[in-house]
Amino acid sequence: MDLKNTENASTLEINFGPQHPSTHGVFRMIVQLEGEKVCGLKPIFGYLHRNHEQIAENLPYAAIMPYTDRLDYVNALTNNFGYALTVEKLAGLEVPERAEFIRVIMAELARIVNHIAVIGFMLNDLGAFFTPLLYAFRERERILDLFETITGSRLMCNFFRFGGVKRDLTKENLATIQQIVDKFPAFLKEFEALLSQNEILCMRCQNVGILSAADATNAGITGPVLRASGVNYDIRKVDHYSIYDRFDFKIPLGEKGDVYDRYYVRILEIRESLKILDQALARIPQGEIINKKAIPFLKMPRNFKPPVGEAYGRVEAPKGELGYYIVSDGTPQPWRYHVRAPSLINLTALEAMCLGQKVADAVIILGSIDIVLGETDR
Amino acid sequence: MTVFGWGVFKGMMVTLKNFLTSYYRKPDEGGIFTVQYPEEREKKIENFRNFPFLVYDETPGKIRCVACGICERECPTKCIHIEMELDATGKPARKPAVFDIDYGLCMNCGMCEEVCPFDSIFMDHVFEITAPERQTGLVRHKDALLKANEYFQKIRPTLASVIDQKRKAAEEKKKAAAAPQPVPPPSTGGPTQGAV
Repeated sequence: MDLKNTENASTLEINFGPQHPSTHGVFRMIVQLEGEKVCGLKPIFGYLHRNHEQIAENLPYAAIMPYTDRLDYVNALTNNFGYALTVEKLAGLEVPERAEFIRVIMAELARIVNHIAVIGFMLNDLGAFFTPLLYAFRERERILDLFETITGSRLMCNFFRFGGVKRDLTKENLATIQQIVDKFPAFLKEFEALLSQNEILCMRCQNVGILSAADATNAGITGPVLRASGVNYDIRKVDHYSIYDRFDFKIPLGEKGDVYDRYYVRILEIRESLKILDQALARIPQGEIINKKAIPFLKMPRNFKPPVGEAYGRVEAPKGELGYYIVSDGTPQPWRYHVRAPSLINLTALEAMCLGQKVADAVIILGSIDIVLGETDR
Repeated sequence: MTVFGWGVFKGMMVTLKNFLTSYYRKPDEGGIFTVQYPEEREKKIENFRNFPFLVYDETPGKIRCVACGICERECPTKCIHIEMELDATGKPARKPAVFDIDYGLCMNCGMCEEVCPFDSIFMDHVFEITAPERQTGLVRHKDALLKANEYFQKIRPTLASVIDQKRKAAEEKKKAAAAPQPVPPPSTGGPTQGAV
């Protein structure tokens, strides 16, 4: 959009960022104000551009996997999932049963990590300084320790391989996951007692930053932001990728599409993730963790040459639809590699949500979209 | 509808409860779970991977690495540099003369560990690394990277014992075959020479 002529003395132009504590990284908003009201907003990003796609086009397929961790660094496992899924589609690799279960378990744990972190940070923006965030991080820490035990790293997991996963879950790992899943509802109950009915939170969040269902669909918004607007669209249900069709879970929807709905949809999504985890843990079979055809490529990644063709694979990342588009020309490197990052596309609705709101609310509205600049700028 | 302010009061009770229980509960049941870092340390997790190091068997001369260059080639960030040692006649000695890893570039992905066919490069647990300057301060040369098998056994006992058993079995098989081969050929059939 074009900002209005600032020579008008009644409007004031303010730069939020790039180093603003509420901007979750290096992100800048030029906000035009009339008094306290936002009458124009221009997001400026690209400060964290790292040439992800170009780097990937010069690397063998397997070596791109650790780079995908760095897209949305809050939940690396979902990024791995999307990339592995796309390459498997391209190469026609099948995934063994146990590996599929491990993938779903890890992806759902990553979703929980992301949602509690984003709720914590959003409340930080709101002024509930660090109390909810650190309660959330206490629980997150347990899951991250588990990630470290299984994958070797807390955040940059690099765990998925084409046709399977890197390491098997031991009985102790499964027991720890079960323990986390069993304990989590108690934490959520406490968290909700702290927040959901809190009058200050309700007054700041309800009827703020409303995004109508029509606007959201037109802008291509996905993920919890879209579902908070009341649109029932979840790729786990639409695409049934991996083995999500075997689990019984619901898609929580919001009514108004305000900041409170976006907060509450995430809490409900954690509960649904716990349901999926419970079912997956009860039904996980024994067996291979990687397709036999893919094992030689673990030692010699450069020999992995998918046939000529193209593939688009997508997963329901905690932030929305994460898609990878890969064109192969039969060489060890992809000819074209593109990432459809949910944070970037969800950001396009920021102005529509902020117009007419108070300047203090612009910060929470940004927080409620849940962006990660690693993914937005790539 | 309840009294205005009841939600805030309930939230305050949650924080009060957490404040009080943090004194007597166990760390994983809601107590204080942070540690006073430099003095206290958390138990290290065995699978934790940080920067790569090279394993030698008994003496630093008996390095497992044969300078095949596979890790150098497969490293996503290209942070490894290897040069083969040449003997007096100019033939490759199957040993690295130069083995540099730039820790400043390394992104701890563990690819080198995965592709190595000679079980010689592994990810370390050391994370407290500083350097006075950015350009070359974090480059580690061969002698700094070399660490004994005993050290590897200490930090990652499960993986190390599996690898030791595998190597022992291979050694015995080689002895049984009694073939006068000085070094086993690379098992994957990949190029044996990366950078000379």
